[in-house]
Amino acid sequence: MAAIDSQTYTFTDRGRFGIAALGAGVLGVVLTVIGAFTDTHTFFASWLTAFAFWATIVLGALFFVMLQHATGAVWSVVTRRAAEAMSMTLPLLLLCFIPLLFGLHDLFHWTHAEEVATDHLLQWKSPYLNTTFFIIRAAVYFAAWIGLAWGLNRLSLAQDRDQNPAHTLTLRKLSAGGLFLFAFTLTFAAFDWLMSLEPHWYSTIFGVYVFTGGFLTSMAVLVLFFQFLRGANILSDEVTTDHYHDFGRMLFAFTVFWAYIGASQYYLIWYANLPEETMWYLARWEHGWYVVSLLLIFGHFVIPFVTLLFFRLKRNLTVLRFIAVLLIVMHFVDIFWLVMPTFSDGGVHFSWMHLTAVIGIGGLVLWLFWTRYTANRAIPVYDPKLEDSIAHRV
Amino acid sequence: MKTYGMIAEFSSPAALMDAAKQVRTAGYSKFDCHSPFPIHGMDEAMGLKRSPVGYIVGGMAALGAVIGFSLQTWVTTDAYPLVISGKPLFSWQAYIIITFALFVLFGAFGAVIGMFRLNRLPRLHHPLFYSEQFARVTDDGFMLHIEADDTQFDEEKTEAFLASVGGTNIELVRGA
Repeated sequence: MAAIDSQTYTFTDRGRFGIAALGAGVLGVVLTVIGAFTDTHTFFASWLTAFAFWATIVLGALFFVMLQHATGAVWSVVTRRAAEAMSMTLPLLLLCFIPLLFGLHDLFHWTHAEEVATDHLLQWKSPYLNTTFFIIRAAVYFAAWIGLAWGLNRLSLAQDRDQNPAHTLTLRKLSAGGLFLFAFTLTFAAFDWLMSLEPHWYSTIFGVYVFTGGFLTSMAVLVLFFQFLRGANILSDEVTTDHYHDFGRMLFAFTVFWAYIGASQYYLIWYANLPEETMWYLARWEHGWYVVSLLLIFGHFVIPFVTLLFFRLKRNLTVLRFIAVLLIVMHFVDIFWLVMPTFSDGGVHFSWMHLTAVIGIGGLVLWLFWTRYTANRAIPVYDPKLEDSIAHRV
Repeated sequence: MKTYGMIAEFSSPAALMDAAKQVRTAGYSKFDCHSPFPIHGMDEAMGLKRSPVGYIVGGMAALGAVIGFSLQTWVTTDAYPLVISGKPLFSWQAYIIITFALFVLFGAFGAVIGMFRLNRLPRLHHPLFYSEQFARVTDDGFMLHIEADDTQFDEEKTEAFLASVGGTNIELVRGA
């Protein structure tokens, strides 16, 4: 069981969480790689699903850090270190991205030169959708994200040492600019890695949709993480019911926003009724995919929406935990629903490699996250807003 | 002139909150606190229940959604059945946006009208305005009043009690 010094908020015992996560991660990756030799095609599709699932969550945490700095939020200061540590797993996600570069031909229709040659639309798009530019863009996205995460962490940790409140202002400026950069990079990353799976199809709101799901899920992960710490009696006086209430409000707001964006995308396509647009939804309805679509509507929207509508339920830690688990599972279903129809001819096929890839990448991400989190003080002890944040009441 | 109640001033938000707790513990139920800005934790100190306005909003919003959906169903399938862009007459997807808009509109009506009704507004005058010092609650005054209708109210005892919890400038307010 992990333990913490109640005065300095440094970890005196890191517990077994890190080693358990690392074990699960290595096991998951090894099994998935074995799977790659049996069915390369499914391997890449599963790996992309698992990668997109974790990358969006980690990027959601990065966004959370910048959002709180930029708005000068008080309530979230006690929770910021966890989101910061989460954003520091981005270099690991870059490593997890590299295997996908070997599967571009398996994943992306637009990499097939002979297909592009006979396809007018893909020819038209080829100045953007080509392998070289794809890799350059991915490098730019990761450089921006890792740079932002590194800068935000460095300044925040510097405040632990020199106790200088001026860092808070620098962080605010960095975050304001960072949010701008983040919005563009994430939008285009979503276009490149998920939307271009169906290169004929396009939706300008797609990046917002992917972002919202990831940010929402990162909130759910933070809720579970702080409840996990609470079980070890860590930060249980600092992260109070009122903080969980605010997380509950964030979950509520972004559940609604996710549905709003999803519905907006759907309605424009439904109204216009253009074949090159509707085929995307058709593929997500036929051959049993309607079950997954309906599951998303109810599990990702209706159930969390109705539950989180109520004041008391947002303050109930057990209910919040249930909703957090539901939303994390639903985020996976959402990514699965975005990626897999392209690869599943005639039906929903959930491969065991999906499971091992999610556990594999997730285990490694959580291991690095835990290592980063426990290496520093659990809360930013010299943040000028910390005292108000602990005393925060709804 | 009928006696409306008694007001007392307190030195700070904390003193007002402390007084509110003691007034409640002493068994008074018809009292209210006034301050130039909202004080966090005051609802709890006064023992106020959650406002029922949320349920009014929920009810109104649901009503709006039902009206929005049924109006469109009636118009497009019965009153003016027109085929639009080859879609079925009962194209429920198209109804959702207006259903949602009326859901929000009626919810907003519920919030505003419900808030006014629960606050017993609008009204043109209030007996507390007979007190000259009461105007300061919009500036720098932290005040508490106990209504004369309260079963425990007694001019002398309540005055002594308010003084004992730290109230100053205690004033009996008379008015219609």
